[in-house]
Amino acid sequence: MGMTMSQKILAAHAGLERVEAGQLILCALDRIHGNDITSPVAIREFKKMGFEKVANPDRVTLIMDHFVPNKDIKAAQQCKCCRDFANEQELESFFDVGRMGIEHALIPEEGLVVTGDVAIGADSHTCTYGALGAFSTGVGSTDMAFGMATGKAWFKVPSALKFVLTGALPKYVSGKDLILHIIGKIGVDGARYKSMEFTGPGARTLSMPDRLTVCNMAIEAGAKNGIFEVDDVTLAYEAEHAKRELRVFKADEDAVYDATYEIDLTKLRPTVAFPHLPENTHTVDEIGEVKIDQVVIGSCTNGLFKDMKEADEILKGRKVARNVRAIIIPATQDIYLKCLEAGFIRDFIEAGCVVSTPTCGPCLGGYMGILAEGERCVSTTNRNFVGRMGHVDSEVYLASPATAAASAVLGRVASAEEVMK
Amino acid sequence: MNYTGKAVKYGDNVDTDVIIPARYLNTSDPRELAAHCMEDIDKSFHDKIAPGDILVGGENFGCGSSREHAPIAIKASGISLVIAKSFARIFYRNSINIGLPIVECPAAAEAIEESHEVTADLDAGEIRDLTTGQTFKTEPFPPFIQNIISAGGLVEAAKKGIIA
Repeated sequence: MGMTMSQKILAAHAGLERVEAGQLILCALDRIHGNDITSPVAIREFKKMGFEKVANPDRVTLIMDHFVPNKDIKAAQQCKCCRDFANEQELESFFDVGRMGIEHALIPEEGLVVTGDVAIGADSHTCTYGALGAFSTGVGSTDMAFGMATGKAWFKVPSALKFVLTGALPKYVSGKDLILHIIGKIGVDGARYKSMEFTGPGARTLSMPDRLTVCNMAIEAGAKNGIFEVDDVTLAYEAEHAKRELRVFKADEDAVYDATYEIDLTKLRPTVAFPHLPENTHTVDEIGEVKIDQVVIGSCTNGLFKDMKEADEILKGRKVARNVRAIIIPATQDIYLKCLEAGFIRDFIEAGCVVSTPTCGPCLGGYMGILAEGERCVSTTNRNFVGRMGHVDSEVYLASPATAAASAVLGRVASAEEVMK
Repeated sequence: MNYTGKAVKYGDNVDTDVIIPARYLNTSDPRELAAHCMEDIDKSFHDKIAPGDILVGGENFGCGSSREHAPIAIKASGISLVIAKSFARIFYRNSINIGLPIVECPAAAEAIEESHEVTADLDAGEIRDLTTGQTFKTEPFPPFIQNIISAGGLVEAAKKGIIA
């Protein structure tokens, strides 16, 4: 019986010829990272374990992104704890205000995780780097501490779901619509403990930003990781970003999957997840009049340059509807600069949007866009749980950048087709 | 590993945002986190529970973020054991790593009602609803995970050289 792509990467990092689903293994890690919320807990646990030095200072990355620039005194203390630790441990990669970006956009951009790696991060959306053909998964702070101390992590080898994609995405339909469609189909625990492996001719038509978005939300189906087969798109991306040698793994022909799903990308429609679960999806064709108060375009899910470009196409020369606040957050400093050079920032401001420095702030109801009682937000983020972006009686509608931008213009949940017709 | 207490029960997909809302993640102090535990789903959580009580959940308990603050808040609230139909994977490993006892048992999670007296013997693999007299079987943890739990979490296991 053959191995899945994820199993082959794990076996290679555990020094084993082969692994099977359910097996408990200890793996060597190529990257361990945390943010300003999870790292302070990890640092505390690291010290409790009695360790003095991280095993590999060149493989540990701390990124200040959730509550920065420091939103309050407590947040400032947490960042200071991380900064002190980074200096004390002489970590090669510590990203503070001015150099930081949202972790899951910054890590691939900086080439810190590359094709074939095993990476853990103390943030659930660490599954994003599966887009590069790496095995990456979110863990808690204690796992991060253990990883920093020993360079290793324990895993239960996952079984997998296979997604065979055909066709190509139509205009105004993106990776976000694809992953929302899948979560709507299999549910928020449809891939619990499993890998989601993406392959087929349709997968090869997807851009790297679309793949990053798809893998980013694998966790919203309960998955351990999402992963794309390596192809020319991967190699072209890595030629620009990777600073280490790539290792290309491919699923065995006779690999066994718990289930196989075939999805024709051509048939997908812009999709929106209604409150209060990402599985609660509707296509734009089924949506009545849902008035909104806020739009957020950004986050680790949709804060890349391609996302900004898709928002710009809708917002350029138009105005955000009265009584709607539109907040746009390019995910990294580099993306911000590229948006500036491309003229997007001017377009956004002239449309009546606010453009922010990179931060996770509004996505998790931290700051920079908290919702009041009864308010509704269309957001390109990843979760729409009760109270996620503010008041427990507020509502979040998850959508693509194009749908979010169109909703900002029309003041209700709406598709880009409606604005651009 | 024996636990006895009163059940406090919730439904499916209890997420980490309701277990501990992100607006309180500017601290990692267990007592401060416990003070806000479950407040977005149940404002009376702390009035209902006494130390040692048992939290019962449905499918996919602890879905969402990787915040270890969620099991920390539950543990610091005085909950001795979480029984659910199923757990989200990051919450599951975080609980084991920090030493919050959890057990997957769909039949028990379905049958046990709010405020029933419950006792669990995880070594024997048995949960008993003392109010109704029903008993339920649970699967034992694999030895690798049992070692982490009996050491008192991953930190203690690492200190004792049990894994690495």
